[in-house]
Amino acid sequence: MNLRKYVSAIIVVVLAVFFLLTTTGLEFGNPKNTQMDSYMTDNGQQMAAVNNIVSGVVFDFRGFDTLGEATVLFTAVLAVSLMFRKRKEEEDYEYE
Amino acid sequence: MNMSKIVRITADVILPFILVFGFYIIIHGHLTPGGGFQGGAVIATGIVLMFVAGRFDDIKKKFSLSALKNTESLGLLLFILTGLLAFTIGATFFYNWLANGGFIFGDAVAYGSNAGFFNTAGTIPLMNIAVGIEVIGAMGIIILYMLSGISEEEA
Repeated sequence: MNLRKYVSAIIVVVLAVFFLLTTTGLEFGNPKNTQMDSYMTDNGQQMAAVNNIVSGVVFDFRGFDTLGEATVLFTAVLAVSLMFRKRKEEEDYEYE
Repeated sequence: MNMSKIVRITADVILPFILVFGFYIIIHGHLTPGGGFQGGAVIATGIVLMFVAGRFDDIKKKFSLSALKNTESLGLLLFILTGLLAFTIGATFFYNWLANGGFIFGDAVAYGSNAGFFNTAGTIPLMNIAVGIEVIGAMGIIILYMLSGISEEEA
């Protein structure tokens, strides 16, 4: 039982060191490929006719993605209402 | 499920501010950070606060489940309809058919950095409002279902 504690402690330390080393090694704020971002920040305002470029991307450039998001929310509510529904008295719940 | 007086009074005081803030985030989605999803979640938080702080039986009389279901379906239908209406001018699905038209939300956006004017951006504010309506309904339904499970145990 003690051995398991030591092993899990060692695993936690190793993982923490690994993640800390990788995060400190990352560069922040200087991406190498900036063509896409620069194009969006330069032309997005004119192309989507909106000041907030994030809104422009979400509702104009990627409208289908937002439609899928809305549908996913709808389906989630459907699943929740299926789980929490009131069951009838005579309904049978024998699952095999 | 009876909360103390402090919780109920605090919820009553905070609730209008939460609702106004959420509505502000939804309706300024094309100018400031945020939008339909975020503002709808804020308003749903206010509704959840009302559900949790108040007595469940009183809340159940005011908020019927079918009304919330209709709200959610209406939001999704409005969203799809806004995309579909682009077909009427012969454009593609989700084309911004209101922008630069001079009609509602139809003013042209000034190029470069500017303060941002409310009456711009075409269909994007409409879609924000539609998504906000849908998120309000969806979150309300989920919380109402889960709270109904709790009240059955304690009643």
